[in-house]
Formats: sequence, structure tokens, C-alpha cells
Amino acid sequence: MKERRSVVDNALRPVRALYVAAVRPIQEAYNALPASVRRWTMPAVLLLGFLLSLAAPSLINLYWQQVLIYVGINIILAASLNLINGYMGEFSVGHAGFMAVGAYVASIMTVWVFPRMGLKEAVPYLFPLALTIGGLAAGLTGLVVAIPSFRTRGDYLAIVTLAWNMIVKSVLENLDVVGGPRGFMGMQKLTNLPWVFVWVVVTIYLLRNLIYSNLGRGILSIREDEIASSLVSVDTRRVKIVAFVISSFFAGVAGGLFAHIIQFIDPRTFSILKSTDVLVMVYLGGIGSLGGSILGASIYTILMELLRPLQVWRWVVGPLLLVLLMIFRPRGIMGLREWGFLIPKEERPAFVDALREQVRQKREPAAVPAGASE
Amino acid sequence: MPLLQIRGLTHYFGGLRAVHNFNLDLEPGELVGIIGPNGAGKTTVFNLITGVYRPTAGEILFNGHSLVGKRPDQIIAMGIARTFQTIRLFKDLSVLDNVRIAHFAQTSYGVMDALFRLPRYRREEAEIRERAMELLDLMGLADQANWVASSLPYGLQRRLEIARALATEPRLLLLDEPAAGMNPGEITELMDLIQWIRRQFNLTIILIEHQMRVVMGICERIKVMDFGETIAEGTPTEVQNNPRVIEAYLGEEAIV
Repeated sequence: MKERRSVVDNALRPVRALYVAAVRPIQEAYNALPASVRRWTMPAVLLLGFLLSLAAPSLINLYWQQVLIYVGINIILAASLNLINGYMGEFSVGHAGFMAVGAYVASIMTVWVFPRMGLKEAVPYLFPLALTIGGLAAGLTGLVVAIPSFRTRGDYLAIVTLAWNMIVKSVLENLDVVGGPRGFMGMQKLTNLPWVFVWVVVTIYLLRNLIYSNLGRGILSIREDEIASSLVSVDTRRVKIVAFVISSFFAGVAGGLFAHIIQFIDPRTFSILKSTDVLVMVYLGGIGSLGGSILGASIYTILMELLRPLQVWRWVVGPLLLVLLMIFRPRGIMGLREWGFLIPKEERPAFVDALREQVRQKREPAAVPAGASE
Repeated sequence: MPLLQIRGLTHYFGGLRAVHNFNLDLEPGELVGIIGPNGAGKTTVFNLITGVYRPTAGEILFNGHSLVGKRPDQIIAMGIARTFQTIRLFKDLSVLDNVRIAHFAQTSYGVMDALFRLPRYRREEAEIRERAMELLDLMGLADQANWVASSLPYGLQRRLEIARALATEPRLLLLDEPAAGMNPGEITELMDLIQWIRRQFNLTIILIEHQMRVVMGICERIKVMDFGETIAEGTPTEVQNNPRVIEAYLGEEAIV
């Protein structure tokens, strides 16, 4: 069924036309290349991206490097939240809570644990480990949140995650060991553009693998029709819990990266406003689309930077944008669509067409009665 | 041994008695119809068998194992599948995905296999893809494998729902008004299809249907329900001539 054309759609029409006009010829020229060449495109682009991120200090100023780092962190946040809110169709609003857990745990690792183990010099090399531990801690808390909230059907997840976000914030405020309301500091500036680039690529790759798997199809079927899903053998409770844990894991990783770029975290950083930001990115870019999350996080982060002159009023933009999106374009820019290169080869229509021919050739003829085939 | 044994199945919605003392012995390979006016409790019986509701009283044995208290996905994995009165496809997903999702319980690779695309993931995925495509091909839906489910014409949506149910590899298939909303031509086709999948997949079938033509045409045995009670049981001819049935349900339709 076709979505109702809204004001926004009409406003976007010239943009889309321009995009198509610019991209189509390039796409066609590219598709004409032999497959052996195309195979190397992705590795080449990734390598180039990584080299550019290494060269960034001599290409752009510190400010824009920092903005790009935030873009990367926000991509991880948006893509992981999209798994729950977009692909699974549940409504989680406490992503900043998991981010906080990851930020604090990763920071404790690099500031206290590793140095006390006599590994002070090795901390920069142990950074990925610290991030992973932060992610695991966040994933564990995700499990604690998921188990009770998925016992029932309905909108409880929104309420539980909202409460969870507040609980994390107040616990951190009252935990004097990690500085309480004064915050936690002492982190080295370990987050840089190459690291962020690598983590973004890893996150998108792993989430993509998950989405195009048995579990991923289970996640999608829950969004489409939860009852029907369980009645075609999907263990919906397990799927929901696993998805939620994975989503929280990546929120935790993003939190760790975040902590090691601003080098100072306090509980207020991870308030509900931060969660709202991530929600806006997900719904702006498009639900059920990794490309959408990349787009949404990039547009929103850069937009917010450009709007700095607005000062406090800047914070009105996010929630307002969220409301407008929900009214005019609830599925976002890329809603339920995906960039071709993010879809595994075996999932593309051309592969499915080839599979059909292959299956037909194997089948003994005339198995179907006249009525069963058109 | 019967494939399905239902004893004294009773279900209340609050004070409303939806199903009362429902009994059924189903031998492997049988095709049994359940008919009755709207609200007679037919769909509730399906919901009780598949674990959507938990019965107030009674016992359901499938292959000798009790189904009461089990989750729907566990029951489906044991070999029961169903379709719905109103089509419930995953409508934003492709036809192929609709069928692949139904392979969920038959897949044994874990989350890590999927995340890192390990050999086990690749092998099982290739298998599922092929099996799903074979099934679509058998059901005459292969040409539409890439289509979004909601873009299929109505008759094919019905057929896709049956294909999706078959993908769970059931021994018992529960069809809930499969002919609803179909024209006479489509109904003839559907009857052929049901007969054919029954042989092809070695199925035992319970069929809920309002279209007398379908029920009388393909069912060997019919149960008639009214207000949650079973009011008659027997072959199509016996049921058709049963005065209680004529009075409660068939009315003038039986005379025609």
C-alpha cells in the first residue's frame, strides 16, 4: 500500500529527483563493470576511508575532526537503537542509560583497572578491550531490563526503559566512588577518528549480519505481527531479549568512545535528552534501515553543530523534529529501504531470481496440479 | 494411536463460555471439518490447540504429548501449523522472507554464528533459502519470491499463508476459513490445493469453513458447533440430515 503523500514528501521531491539524476548514471556505469572488479569495491572504499581518517589531522581542523567523531558515535547509537525501534517495532526510549553504563565501565577500565594492573603504558592498546568490556556491561544491564519488560506484550518497554534511564542517572549521581554528580574524569583522549571509523564499520557489519539471519527475520516478524510470528515457530521472547542485549552492547561501546573523546563524563550527560537525540536520528534517517541510521545520525549531528548560534533554543529542535517526523513521515527518509551495498549478495533480488531457476531445473516436472499453479 | 486427542476442552472468556466440553480424536491422515455459526467457538478451539489461549479445563494430546501450558512456538515446532481467518502475513516483507521466517525452529545456528557469518550459518542459510524456494515453486509462488507480501493479489496471499504454514513442516494443519472472501472459481482452486497438499505433505487437516461447498466437498467427517457446544458429528450426509444442525445452523442453506 502506498503511503499518503505529505507536505514533506512534496518538498523532498526535487531533492529526490536531483539525487536520482546524479546517482543513476554512476550506478549504471558501475554495474556495467565486471564482477571481479566490483568485488573489490567495498574493501577499497573501506581502506580509503580508513586512510582518510588517519590523514584527517592534516586535512581538516580539530573542530571538524571532533564533529566527525560525534557523527561516528551517533551512527553506532542510532543503528543499535534502530534494531529495537525500527526493525523490531518496539519502543525503547532509554538508550542513553546503556550508553552511560558503557561510558563509566570503559572509563573505570582505562583510568583505574588497567593502570593498577601495571599496564599503564599499554592502556592505548587495551582501549578496544575496555570498550568491549563497557559494551558487555551495558549488554548485561540490557538483559536485566529486557527479561521483565518482555514478559508482557504492549507498550511496557517504553515505560521501563524511561524509568531505566532515570535510574541509571540517579544511581550515578549518588555513587560517590565514580564522582557522583561531580562526574568522572582522568581518561586519556583515546578516541580518535581511525578508531571511530573502525568501530562504526564493525557495528554496521555485525548488525547487518544479524538482520539477515534467522534471528533478524524473527526480529522483523515481531514488528510485522507478533502473534503470527509465534505461530510460525518464532520464539518471540528469546528473540526480543537477544536483540535488546545486542542493542545495549553497542550503546555501551558508543558510550565508551564518547567518554574517551570528551574525557569527562557526568550523570547529566546521559539524561533523557540524549536518548531523545538518538530517537530523532533513528526516525529521521528511517526505521528498519542501517543506511537510514547512518544518514540520520550524520544529518542530525551536523545540523545541531550548524545550529550552535541558536544557543539554548537548539534543544527545541530535536524534540520538535521528532514530533514533525511522527506526523508527516513516521518511517523517516529511508524507511524500510536499504542501500544496496549494505545488503548481502545472497539477499539481493538478482540472487533470488537465480536461485529460482536453479530450483526449477532440479525439480521433477509436473508436480503441481492445474489448480495450484497459474 | 490418534494424532490429536482433545478431551473435555473448555474455555471461558470471563463469564462467557466460548468452548464447552469439546472432544476430538483425530487419526493420522484424516480431514475433519468444523462448522458452526459465527461465535460458535471454532477459532477459539484453534487458539487453544496452538497455545494462544490456555484452556480453562480439558486436555490436548498431540502424538501423546500434552500441549496445555506450552508456548505457541513450542507447539508449532512439535508439528502443528495454522492459517488465520483474516490473512496475517508479514506484509512489509518479501514473499521469500515470509516462508523463511517459518523455518525459525528448524534452524540451529546461534547468534555468534550469525554475527560473524561462520560456516554453520552459511550452510544452514543456504539450505533454508533453497527449501523455501522449493516450497514456493511447488505452491506456484516462486515467480513472486521478491515481491512484498502485501502486493500479492488476494488469492495468492491466501496461498502464501498456507505455504508459510507448510514451511514449519507440520503433521497437522489447521485451516481457519481458507475460502473466506474467495469467488467460486478461486474456491474450486482452493479445494484442489487442499486435497493436493494433503497428499503431497502427508497431512492431517482440521478445516474451519463457512462455505458449505468446501466442507461438504472435501471433509470426511464434520463437527458442528453452536454456542461453544458440539451439537452434531458425522459424515457430511449425516450432518446435513441432522435436524439439530438444520435448526441451529444450516437452515435453508441445507435445503438448497
